[in-house]
This record gives sequence, structure tokens and C-alpha cells, in this order.
Amino acid sequence: MSLLNVENLKMHFPVRGGILMRALKTCKAVDGVSISVSQGETLGLVGESGCGKTTLGKAIVRLYQPTDGKLQFEGQDITHSSQRALRPIRRDIQMIFQDPAESLNPRLTVRDILEEPFLVQKQGTTAERRQWVGELLDKVGLASTAADRFPFEFSGGQRQRIGIARAIALKPKLIVCDEPVSALDVSVQSQVLNLMLDLQREMGLSYLFIAHGLSVVKHMSDRVAVMYLGKIVELAPSEELYHNPRHAYTKALLDAIPVPDPSKRRARRLLSGDVPSPIDPPKGCAFGHRMKHPKWEQSVGMELKLEEISPGHWVQKCPCCVD
Amino acid sequence: MSAPENILEVKDLVTVFDTDAGRVTAVDGVRFEVKRGKTLGLVGESGCGKSVTAFSINRLLPQPHGKIAGGSISFEGRNLAELSVEELRKFRGREISMIFQEPMTALNPVQTVGKQLAEAILLHQKSSSREILQRSIELLTKVRIPSPEVRLQEYPHQLSGGMRQRVMIAMALVHKPKLLIADEPTTALDVTVQAQILDLINSLQTEMGMSVLLITHDLGVIAETCDEVVVMYAGRVVERAPVAEIFSSPRHAYTQGLLQSIPKIESVPKSRLKAIPGSVPPIETLLPGCRFAERSGRPHLPEHLNQRPPFIEISPQHWVEQCPVCVA
Repeated sequence: MSLLNVENLKMHFPVRGGILMRALKTCKAVDGVSISVSQGETLGLVGESGCGKTTLGKAIVRLYQPTDGKLQFEGQDITHSSQRALRPIRRDIQMIFQDPAESLNPRLTVRDILEEPFLVQKQGTTAERRQWVGELLDKVGLASTAADRFPFEFSGGQRQRIGIARAIALKPKLIVCDEPVSALDVSVQSQVLNLMLDLQREMGLSYLFIAHGLSVVKHMSDRVAVMYLGKIVELAPSEELYHNPRHAYTKALLDAIPVPDPSKRRARRLLSGDVPSPIDPPKGCAFGHRMKHPKWEQSVGMELKLEEISPGHWVQKCPCCVD
Repeated sequence: MSAPENILEVKDLVTVFDTDAGRVTAVDGVRFEVKRGKTLGLVGESGCGKSVTAFSINRLLPQPHGKIAGGSISFEGRNLAELSVEELRKFRGREISMIFQEPMTALNPVQTVGKQLAEAILLHQKSSSREILQRSIELLTKVRIPSPEVRLQEYPHQLSGGMRQRVMIAMALVHKPKLLIADEPTTALDVTVQAQILDLINSLQTEMGMSVLLITHDLGVIAETCDEVVVMYAGRVVERAPVAEIFSSPRHAYTQGLLQSIPKIESVPKSRLKAIPGSVPPIETLLPGCRFAERSGRPHLPEHLNQRPPFIEISPQHWVEQCPVCVA
């Protein structure tokens, strides 16, 4: 059984306007996403900015109340659970954010930051918590002296380590990682990725790894889901997705990655335009519309669904993007 | 004197900042050349001094704290470090232009694209409003912005990130500069848009015969666009070579570490990456000798830490900071 099960999840936001601030339009940030994450697995989620990947992550940790669909964690339906009912579940689902500088309270010491999860969950005595903080710092590769310092005294990579320590404090089962290394330098990025891999092995963690860089996502994930304009267009095991991409958007994303090897310079097919707005999205296949594909009109009015074309490899079949 | 093939020669550049805690040296004796019509990549992590180097060349250092304390920057034989403010004004935009990482902060949010382009045009060229309009449309077309007439009336916030960067490029190219300094031009953009922008810079370069100094931390971008690469670490150049050579036979331990630490698309999922331990040392604690010593994982003798390693050409066109431990 999968740890997390997301079924046809929708996250719509009203776009208000006019003098009365009435909802005039709807922004369909996440529009019918179904994914699952098993224990110990990393599911990668990749897409351009504005595709809804962060919104999906936040809806999964229930920072948002989903508009429609179903969220199941360990078989328990948490789609509509109250904040109170969610409290014990929050122990098991944690989040790591992109910018550690902005997600750590600058007025708290590292000790305060790391003790807070225990206080919220009413765990341990003062002495115990003190000891746990020491253990956490050790686990993420920081010196125990770090506990009495403030976030600004650390470099970006160290701050992200603090963010990770906070996320693993309550021994969660699932961590939603939203662009955890995008703000970091290359040499530090690899340290943090290694740390995340080690912790996963050690603690049996599952990750939902959200990022826009396909090479990082592929490196970290067992399976990868490609998201475009609020929908998953392709989902497959990492290697399979890389060697045998089927959707035109996945191919375009793969093609756009700069390859760190000058002998492999190539002429690439450039994607034109930007991700369209999720307010009034184009009808039919959104990507076919962007590509002005001749067969796009055929997709209008069709119900585009993910289909399993080979074991574990799912593709949103449409006449314009999949051969 | 300067070889005619080089448009820009930076020699032993030293840039310092006066801070409350005293003087810090952000760029410590950097030297490189940009060849005419070619692209030189300047790569390094944040804080290594690559942006400060670019700002020194264009004389955009924050005043009064930042100043060029030594060395020369020779652009077609003229030392930029000695130009007066008046001379600089004539120089910028016509000879050297610059584009920045975040086009949202580099563009004026309360003026239309058209107004900002007009300002750039009028800087060096008297034009009638009709000429300005015509030229603006021509420029936006050149940077592949669809329906330019409409875009001229819009404000930066109405454009996407990629569009904004295109507008920046259009502004930078108004007076057909000989050298374009691009400081992380695609870092804030999506990979797909990044590919579009790099392609655009590339084709404009070929068309106009412009030289480009591309500053980035992304080795993938370097591999795809540059002819030659300069690797900076902690204010110094540690290695410099033609692009193929940097990737095929890096000599300095830092360059090697950097290349090994990037996740490659063909690597095995969930395998451990070779990381460089530690982080860039703070600028106040830098030693005169090899600055990568602490992170290299190789034991250095006190003499390696106290004496600056020579910067030598170890094979044709391939220069390296010859620390005997880091360059084995």
C-alpha cells in the first residue's frame, strides 16, 4: 500500500476583482492530479514555474484546503480533516522549503527552531529536548555549538541543513521538499543532496521532491512526474523517463537541459513561448496549444487522461503531444 | 602591446571594498582576455568575485566603498580604470553593455518598456519620436518579442521573466556594443526559457560580431555557449582554458571537484555525488597562499598556505594557479 495517495486533486483559487471583490475567475493551479508515494520512495515532481508544483506540495501537507479530490495518508482520508485532527499527522508529513533564509525565523536561535516541533507536539522534558537538538545537529552534519547561534550566522548550505534538521525532528514518514537545493551553490548543492539520500536510507523516509531542474530530480528520484499547467502529463521510473520520454513536453524539458560536456553541443528544438496562465487555460491539450500543433484542435473536447503505456509508465494521451 | 585579437585585457585586477570591519579584497589579482567575437565564460560560486570583476570592468562598483586598487583593464588599448565619469558615460552602452540576473529589478517598474527603450536610444543618438518608435519596434523584433507595438505600451510587471530578459537584451544592444557582459542572465529563468535566451544571445552575437563575457555558476551553460572558460575561487582565477579542455582535462582540484559535483542526467539515480566538503571561506579570513587548501582534502604545508602560487601556462592556452598540492 502506498504511504501517500492523491486522487484527482484540484486546487482552485478565486481571482477577485471589481468594487465588491467578487470572484470573477478561477485560477486552476492544480487541476486533477493523481499520484502516490510509497514508503522509502522518492517521487520527483518537475515542471516550469507556474505549473502548480508548489501548490500541489502545499495542498499535500494541507497548508491549503483542496478544492476537490482525495488525499490519503496511510489509508486515512485527510482531505477535509480539521487542523486539530491534522496535528498528529503533521508529525508524519513535513516540508523543506526552497529558501532557508526565509523559512527560518531570524529571531530564534537554532535551538529554539529545532525545539519548536517537540514543543508543538508536547514531547520530552527540557533535558530530553536539549539532547535531541544535539542529535539532530549531529545528524545533519552541524557542530553542536551551532545550537546557540542565529540563522544569519550560517551560510546557505548550513541553513538548509537546519531546515532539514527541523523537518526530520519528529521522525516523519514523508517529507515534501520544495526546490530544496535551487538556492544553493553547486558544490554545496551536492552536499545537501547526499545528506538527503543518507537520511532517506537511514530513516526510511519518503520524499516528494519538487524542482524545476530535471537533472537534479532525476538524480534523486525513483519515479518522476512531469507537470504542465496543473496537470501531470507523464509519470515514469526515472531511467525510463530519461531514455524513453513519450510526451512532447517531457522531450522539450529534457532537450532544454544544458549538458556539461562541450563535445555534446547540439542544435536543439527550442520551445517557444511561456507557460500559459492557469486562469482561463487553453481548451484541449495545453501544451499542444503552446506549440501551435496542427493536430491540437483534435484534442479540444477530448477528455485527456493518463494512460499506462507500459508497466509504470503513464502518459497523458492526446493527438498532438504523444505519437 | 595588446594583441589585436583581444578586445578586453584584464591584468592583475585588484578590487577592494572599505567596510566597517576594514578593507576587504574581493578580487585579488585576476587576469584574463576576451577575444574579439568570442565568448568567455566566468564561472565560480557566489562570493568568488565574478560579479565584482564584471562591475569593475564596467566601472559600476558601489561608491564610495568599492574601488579598483590595482591592475589594469584595457579595452581596445584604453585603460578603463582611468576613465573619467564623462568619458565613461560615452563609453557605456556604445562600447560595453551589461545585462543582469534579475530583469525585474534592473528595469524601472513605473515606466513602460517603450519609454525605457527610448531612454537608451536617446543616450547616444538624437532621434525624432518617429525614429525612436521605429527603432524600438525593430529592436524588440530582433530579440524575438511577438507583437512589439503592444509590448512597448506595457510595464515590466506585465511581462514574463523571459520577456523581461529580452527587453533587457534589446536595451543593451541599442548602440551595438562591441562587448556584452552578461551577469547570470538566465539564472532566474526556467530551463526552457534559459535555452531560448542563450540561443538568442548566441545568434545576436554571430550577427553583430560582438564579444561576450558570460558570468554564470552553471557549468552546463558554460559548456554550451563559451569558447574559453575562467574558473574563479575566492577572488582569484584558479584555472583558465579553452572550453573543451576545461571539461576534458581539468587540472586544479577545485575545477575537478566542481565538475564532479554536478548531478548529470545520465548518472545513476540515488547514487551519491562527489561533493566538495565545507563551504567558501569568508572573505576576511583568506590566506595569501592556496585558498582551496581547506576544502581540497589534501594536506597542505604551511608554505603552500602563506605563499601565493604562481599562475602559469601549463600547456598552450591552459593556465592554472600552480599550487603543488591542488595541481597534481
